[in-house]
Amino acid sequence: MKPSILILHASGANRDAEAARACELAGGAPEIVHINQLRCGERRLTDYPMLLLPGGFSYGDALGAGVRLALDLQVYFHDQLHDFIDRGKLVLGICNGFQALVKAGVLPGVRSDRLAIGPRAIEEMALRRVTLTENAGGRFECRWVHLAVNRRARASFLRAIEDLIFCPVAHGEGNFQVKDEETLAEIEQEGLVAFRYVDAAGKPANGVYPLNPNGSVNDIAGICNRRGNVVGLMPHPEDHVLPIQNPLGGVGRLGLTVFRAMVAAL
Amino acid sequence: MTVRVEVRSIHPTAGQNIVSGAAKLGVSGLKRCEVVRLYFLERDPGDEAVERLCRLLLADPVMDVWRVVRGAGIAAPKPSAPGTPSPHVVEVAFRPGVTDVPARELRRSMAEIGLPDCETATGVRYELEGDLTEVELRRLAQLLFCNETVQHFALGEITVHFGHETVAGERVEIIPVRNLDDAALLALSKARLLSLDVDEMRVIQRHYAELGRDPTDVELETLAQTWSEHCVHKTFKARIEFVHRNADGSVRSQETIDGLIHRYLRAATDAVWPEWLRSAFVDNAGVIAFDDEYDLAFKVETHNHPSALEPFGGANTGVGGVVRDVIGVSARPIATTDVLCFGPQDFPYDQLPEGVLHPARIAEGVVAGIGDYGNKLGLPTVNGAILYDEGYLGNPLVFCGCAGLLPHGKHPTRAQKGDLVVVIGGRTGRDGIHGATFSSAELTHETGEIAGSAVQIGDPITEKGLIELVEAARDRGLYNAITDCGAGGFSSAIGEMGEALGVDVDLGKAPLKYPGLAPWEIWISEAQERMVLAVPSEKLPELQQLAELWEVELSVLGRFTGDGELVVRFNDRVVARLSMYFLHHGLPRRTLRAEYQEPPPAQPLPEAGVELKFPGMDLNDVLLAMLGHPSIASKEHVVRTYDHEVRGGTIVRPFVGPTMDGPADAAVLKPLGTWKHERAFVLSNGINPLIGRIDPYAMAISAVDEAVRNAVAVGADPDRIAILDNFCWGNPTYPDRLGALVRACQGCYDAALAYRTPFISGKDSLYNEFNGKPIPGTLLISAVAIAPDFHTCVTSALKKPGNRLYLLGETKIELGGSLLNALLGEQSGLPPSMPQKPLERYRALHRAMRKGLVRACHDLSEGGLAVAVAEMCIAGRLGAVIHLDGLIESADAGSLIVPLLFSESNGRLLIEVAEADATAFEAFFAEQTLTRVGMVVEEPRLSVMVNGAAVIDLQMEQLVRAWKGQ
Repeated sequence: MKPSILILHASGANRDAEAARACELAGGAPEIVHINQLRCGERRLTDYPMLLLPGGFSYGDALGAGVRLALDLQVYFHDQLHDFIDRGKLVLGICNGFQALVKAGVLPGVRSDRLAIGPRAIEEMALRRVTLTENAGGRFECRWVHLAVNRRARASFLRAIEDLIFCPVAHGEGNFQVKDEETLAEIEQEGLVAFRYVDAAGKPANGVYPLNPNGSVNDIAGICNRRGNVVGLMPHPEDHVLPIQNPLGGVGRLGLTVFRAMVAAL
Repeated sequence: MTVRVEVRSIHPTAGQNIVSGAAKLGVSGLKRCEVVRLYFLERDPGDEAVERLCRLLLADPVMDVWRVVRGAGIAAPKPSAPGTPSPHVVEVAFRPGVTDVPARELRRSMAEIGLPDCETATGVRYELEGDLTEVELRRLAQLLFCNETVQHFALGEITVHFGHETVAGERVEIIPVRNLDDAALLALSKARLLSLDVDEMRVIQRHYAELGRDPTDVELETLAQTWSEHCVHKTFKARIEFVHRNADGSVRSQETIDGLIHRYLRAATDAVWPEWLRSAFVDNAGVIAFDDEYDLAFKVETHNHPSALEPFGGANTGVGGVVRDVIGVSARPIATTDVLCFGPQDFPYDQLPEGVLHPARIAEGVVAGIGDYGNKLGLPTVNGAILYDEGYLGNPLVFCGCAGLLPHGKHPTRAQKGDLVVVIGGRTGRDGIHGATFSSAELTHETGEIAGSAVQIGDPITEKGLIELVEAARDRGLYNAITDCGAGGFSSAIGEMGEALGVDVDLGKAPLKYPGLAPWEIWISEAQERMVLAVPSEKLPELQQLAELWEVELSVLGRFTGDGELVVRFNDRVVARLSMYFLHHGLPRRTLRAEYQEPPPAQPLPEAGVELKFPGMDLNDVLLAMLGHPSIASKEHVVRTYDHEVRGGTIVRPFVGPTMDGPADAAVLKPLGTWKHERAFVLSNGINPLIGRIDPYAMAISAVDEAVRNAVAVGADPDRIAILDNFCWGNPTYPDRLGALVRACQGCYDAALAYRTPFISGKDSLYNEFNGKPIPGTLLISAVAIAPDFHTCVTSALKKPGNRLYLLGETKIELGGSLLNALLGEQSGLPPSMPQKPLERYRALHRAMRKGLVRACHDLSEGGLAVAVAEMCIAGRLGAVIHLDGLIESADAGSLIVPLLFSESNGRLLIEVAEADATAFEAFFAEQTLTRVGMVVEEPRLSVMVNGAAVIDLQMEQLVRAWKGQ
C-alpha cells in the first residue's frame, strides 16, 4: 500500500497541490488537509507516517515568514507534533513550511540542555538560535539553483540522492542565519546541514550570488534535526518532477528524488 | 495606556536602500539610516504579556532587538542598539481605515497565546544620521518613507489611529434634485464625485419628478456607480459621429458609428466565431476551450489612477481585482500577466509637475505591489512588458491580467427567485469609495487629496481563501450565480446580479471593518476581496461549513425577489427603492463627436539612410543604444521578483537559454491537473504606443500582429488564438481623442478578421489625462492560445553553431513609430502595415514547428532584425553571422541597410533550423517569403555583412553588457 502523506494547508499555503503531485509521482498517497480539519479532529496527525508543510505565505507572513504558522504548530499541535517526531515519523518543510519549522524551534530543534523551562512549552520559539531572514539582496527572488545533499547529514535517507538537484527558489526570506559561530559549528559538526547551494558542477557556491541566491551562511539551503527525521529546505524540488520542467533541458537532477528518498524511507 | 514596541533588525539592507534612495533625491547629508518596526497595542496587557509577545512573535531571536515604551507623548526614545543615538527621527503609520494586515495578524496571534483582546496598529520608524535640515527631512518623508494618500508621518514620535472611527453614522440623506437648474445639477454631480454629465443628471431629475419625490443618497450613488464609465462603458456604447479627414483637412469619409463595441469589437468576434470559443464579452472574463474537460478564462484589467496615487496599493488591488474577475466565472486562477507603462526613470526631480510621484517611485511601488499580491496568491506571473515614455509621467498605466481554468459547463450564471444574496470574503470599510466614478475623472495635481479614499491596499491571503472556497463550492454546485465586488461594490455586484429578478438586501447585515459607516458608504464601498453569490437556501449550510473550513467570512444580505425592484434596507429601514429597469435601462445613450485627421505624408528617408543624416553615427552604436534602451533592455531586476514557477507548469519562462536570462516571446503553461496530455497554453501580448503616436490604426494592426506572432513563436497554433483588448485613452469627449480611438477600433476589427482571432473580452480606461494633457493613446492586445504539444514548443535562444537562420516575412521601409526614430528624434517614415496573408504564414511556421524542424524562433518587433538577432545571440550565448545581401534582392527595401536592420514591419520572425532539416523546413514555405539570412556560429560575436563588409560587428560581451545595463 502506498504510504499516506499529510500535506498541511494553512491559510496562504499555495504549493500544496504541486507537493501532492510530487508525492504521488514518488509513490506516496498524499492528502491535502486544512489545518482546521486537524484542529477539529476530523483528521489526526497520528494516522499518517509523514507530514509535509508546503510552500506559500501562511497568513500572509505578516509577522515574518512562517511565524504565525509556527505559533499554530506550537499552540494547537505541540504535543501531537512532538510525539510524531519522537516516533521517528518523517516531516518535510518546503520554503514557507521550512520557515515555519525553523521559527517554531522544531528545526534543527533546541538542544534539551538549553530548554531550562522544559521541552513542552512554546518558548522553544524564543530559544531558537537559527533563523531564515530577509534575502541579502533585500527582495523576493525567483530563480533556478543547484543543490547538493550533504553526505554527512543526519537525515541519512537523503543519501539515496546521488545526483545534484536542480530546482527553483522563490522567496524573500530564505537567508539562513545563526545566532553565533558556536551554533554554526554545532550545526555543521552534528550533521544538521541537509542541502547546500552549489554551482552546476557541484562545487560550493561559497556565498557567491546568484549561486547562493539569498546570502545564507555556509550556503545552507536546508537543514534537518538531530534525529534526522525532520527536514526543511528553501528551494522547491516539487517544481522539478519531470524533465519537461527543466529550463536547461536534460533529464537528470530532478527534485523528485527528494520525494522518492522520503517515500522510500517510510 | 497604549503600548509601543520597537523592533530593530541587524539586517542592514533596508537602511542602505534608504541612504542610496536619499542620494538620488539629492539629499546627500544622510549618512546612515536605521529602520525600526513599530507595533502598538491600545491597551496594556502587562509587562509579562508584552515581553512574551515580543519574544514569541514580534522579534526574531537571531536578528532583532526590541524594547517597549508605554504611554503616549514620551520624548523620542533612545535606541537600544549599539551605536550613536540618531539625531533625526521620522515615523510613519497608516491612516485610519487603511488595511493593515500585520496589525490584524498581531491581534489574532494575541488571542492565540491567550492575551486579552485589544486594538493594534503598526508603523515604521526611521532613525537618520547626518546633517539634515527640517526641509530635507520632510522631503525624505514625503518622497521616500510615506505616501500621504494612505499614510501619515511625524518628525519625531507618531500618534497612531487604532482601527475604528465614527464619523458619518447611520444617516441617510434625501438629496433634493427636482428643483435644480443645469448648473446646480452639475455642481451636485461634481460635489458628490458622481461623474455624471448634465444629460444624465436631467434623466435622474425627470425620473424622480415622475415619482414625486427626491432620491436618497443611496439611490443617487447607486445610479452614479451603475452608470459610470467603468461599469457600463458609455463611450464604447455611444453613438459616434465620425469624420475622417485627409491630411489637408478635406473630408475623406463620414459616418455614424453605432457603438464601438458593437460595430468593431463584438462584430469581429461574431464574424470569426470559432467552435472552440466558449464565451465572449458576456461575463467577467472571456472563455475558450482548453481540452475535452476544461476551459480557459482570461481577463486583463487596468488600474491606472489608483497606481498613480498609491503605486503599491494601486497595483496590488489591480491584481486582486482581475483575479476576482476570473473567480467570477467560476475558474481557478492559474497565472497572471502585467504590462506597465511608466515615465522615464531618470526624470529630473526639479521638473516634476506638482502632485506627481516620481516615475521611479511609481515603478518601484507598482512592481512591489504586483509581486506581493501574485506571489502571495501562489500565481505565476509569466508574461508582460514594461515601457517608458514621457507621456506616462502623470498617468502611469498598469495592466493586470489573469488566466484561470474551469471544468467545462460548470459556471452557473442564473440567479433564481428566492436565492439568498450571500457575500463572502473581506469586510466592508470606507476604503475604495468612489473608485468607479473616480476612474472616469481626469487626474490633476489635487486628485491625491480629494480621492484618497478611492485607493486601497490589498489583502491577498483573504483572496486566496476566496479562490479555495469558490472552487470547492463550484464543484459541489452550491450557487446559481457569482460575481465579484469590483467597481461600485455591492451596488454594482448585487444590482447586476438582480437585474432580471429584483433583489431585497439589508446592509445592516454586512460585516464592517469598523462601525460608523453611512448606508451609502457600505453600499458602494469597493473594499477588496469580496464576492457575491446567489445561493439556494437549502445549500447554505454546506456553503457555510466550507467557508468556516477555509476561514472565509460569509454573510447573508437578502434575497432575489422576482419583483423587478432593487430594495436596499439598513436594519429594516428602506434606504433605497429603485426600479431595476430604470437602473439598467434609464441611462441615456450618448452621442459623441469624433474627428481624425491623417498626418502629413511621411517624408522618405534620405537615400543613404542614417549615414547621410547623422554623419559619424556607427550602426554598432545604434544597436547597443537600442539594447540599452529601457523599453528593450533586460527586465530581470523586475521579473525575478515575481514567482514565475509556482504551480509547476511554466514550460517556457520569461527567461530562456543556457544562462536563463534571455528574453522569451511568450509564456507556455501547463495547468496542474491536466498533465495526462501534451497540450499547453500560451500567454502573450502586443503593445506599441510609439506607433500609436503617428497612426492609431497602424498601432492596432501592429499590436494584434505582435501578440499573435509572439504566441506563434513559442509554438501556439495560429488557429487557436483568442485576444483581449485594453484601451487606455484620454478624455473621449474631445473629438480628437475619440477620433484616434475610432481609428484604433477600426484597426482591431480589420486585424481580427485577417488573423481570425476573436476578441473574447476587453476593457477601456478613459480619461487618462494629467492636468489636461492626454497620455499617448495606448492599446494592449493580450493573447491566450493553445499549444497542441509542449514538447515542440521552442524558445528564442540560439541552440547550435552551424545551424541556419531564416527570416520569415517581408521587410518594408517602415520606420514610422520605430525605436530607431525614437532614438534619433526622427518623425518621418511610414508605420508598419498589415502583412500579406499573415495567417497562412503563421500556419506554415506552426506546421514546421510541429514536425520539430524549428530549433529557435524569435519575433521581430522594436528595433527590427538587428535587435531580434542580438537577443537570440544573448539568449543562446552564441554568435551569428547575418548577410543582408539575400534580403536586398527579395525585399522592396532596395539597398537601404538601415531599414533592413531596423524597420519594424509586421509578420516577421527569425528562425533557427538545423542544416539537415533545411530542405524539409523550406518545403513548408513555398508560398511565403522566406529568406536565408545567416548562420549560428561558435564565436561569441554578432556580425552583419553586406557585400562582404561588416556593417555591424559586436562581441557577445558588448551585447550582454548593453542589454543587461552592466
